[in-house]
Amino acid sequence: MAELDYDRKIEGNVVVTRLEAVVNWFRKYSVWPMPMGLSCCAIELMAAGGSRFDIARFGAEVMRFSPRQSDVMIVAGAVTYKMAHVVRRIYDQMPEPKWVVAMGACASTGGMYRSYAVLQGVDRVLPVDVYVAGCPPRPEALLDALMRLQARVAREPILRKLKRPGPILPEGKSR
Amino acid sequence: MKAKDLARQLQGRFPRQLGEPAEFRGEISVELSDPEQVIEVCRFAKESLGFDFLLDITGVDLCRETPRWLIVYELYSLAARAHLRLKTRVPEEKSELPSVTNVWRAADWHEREIWDMLGVRFRGHPDLRRILMWEGYPYHPLRKDFPLAGRAVEIPEGPSAEPAPQEGGPFVSRPGGPRAADREPRARPVGEAEEEA
Repeated sequence: MAELDYDRKIEGNVVVTRLEAVVNWFRKYSVWPMPMGLSCCAIELMAAGGSRFDIARFGAEVMRFSPRQSDVMIVAGAVTYKMAHVVRRIYDQMPEPKWVVAMGACASTGGMYRSYAVLQGVDRVLPVDVYVAGCPPRPEALLDALMRLQARVAREPILRKLKRPGPILPEGKSR
Repeated sequence: MKAKDLARQLQGRFPRQLGEPAEFRGEISVELSDPEQVIEVCRFAKESLGFDFLLDITGVDLCRETPRWLIVYELYSLAARAHLRLKTRVPEEKSELPSVTNVWRAADWHEREIWDMLGVRFRGHPDLRRILMWEGYPYHPLRKDFPLAGRAVEIPEGPSAEPAPQEGGPFVSRPGGPRAADREPRARPVGEAEEEA
C-alpha cells in the first residue's frame, strides 16, 4: 500500500473504494430483465429497449426469455387469474437474488379491469419491489423504476449476505 | 342488393322455419324459429347460396325475455360479397342447440366461447371446453345476472379469485364535463361531484 501511495507512474489512475461498493456497482449495471409482457405495457417495455430510450444505458438490455438467466421480472400488463399461477411459476424458477417490477396500472392494481377475470394486482402472487404508474407508463417511467431498483441494489450489504449460509434472500422476501 | 336476394332464396327454401328478411342500416337479418334446424339452414346457405365464410357466432343474453338466449350467426359470401345475419332463439331450460362445426370448421372456437361465456351447449361439438376462462370455473360470466365484479372462486394452482373492488363503478364516462372528475363520477358519488361544480 505504501508503495502504491508514492508510485507516480500510477498515481491518478487508482481509485480507492470499498469492495462492497464495487461489487454492487457491477451488480446494479447488469440487472437482466425477464420480460413478462402480458399486454400493451409490453409495447412500452419494447420501446424502452429500443434506440430512443435505450435501456442498455443502464445495463438492463439483456432481456432473457428464460427465467433461469434473469434477475428482475417486469410484469407488463394485466394478469388474469388464468395466467397468475403461470407468472408465479416463472418467478419461482428465477434464481436468487431476484426482483419484481409491476409495470403499469393493471399489473399494480388490476387497473381499469375491475372484473371477474383479472387479478387485482400482481402483488397478490409476487413480492413487488417497484410499482410503475401509468396506462401504459412511458419508457422513461420504466427507466426510473430501474434506477430506483439499482439504488436499492447498490445499498445491499452483499458481502455479508454472501458469507451467510443458504440462498441469498433479500430482506423480508422469504416465501 | 345481393344479400337480400340470397336471404329471399334462403327463406324460400325454408318458408316455415325462417321469418321475413329484415333490413336495418343495409344489413339483412333472418330469424330461424326452430334452433334444431340450424344445421340444415346453414348447410343450404353454404353449399347452395355460397355463404362460404362464417364471420362469427355470438350469443346474446336477453335476460328477462323468453326464450332467453339469442344465438347470432354472421355469414358472408366472398364471391357475392354479401353479408347475412341468421338469428335463432334458444330457451333457457334447454340451453342447447346443434353445432355447425360440420358445416364451417370456424364455428369450433366461436361455439366454445358461447359455451364459456353464456353456458349454451352445442350438441355434436367435437371439443366443447371453456376457451377464455380456466378449466373448472363454475360460472358463465357474460350472463346478465352475473356481477361484473365476479364471484369468489377457489383456484387450486393459483391465487383464489375474489370479487373485484368496483370503487363506485362500474366504469362509466359521461360526455361533455369540463373536468375529468365530472366525466368519470367513479371515484366519488355522482351527486357529490355535481354539488362541488
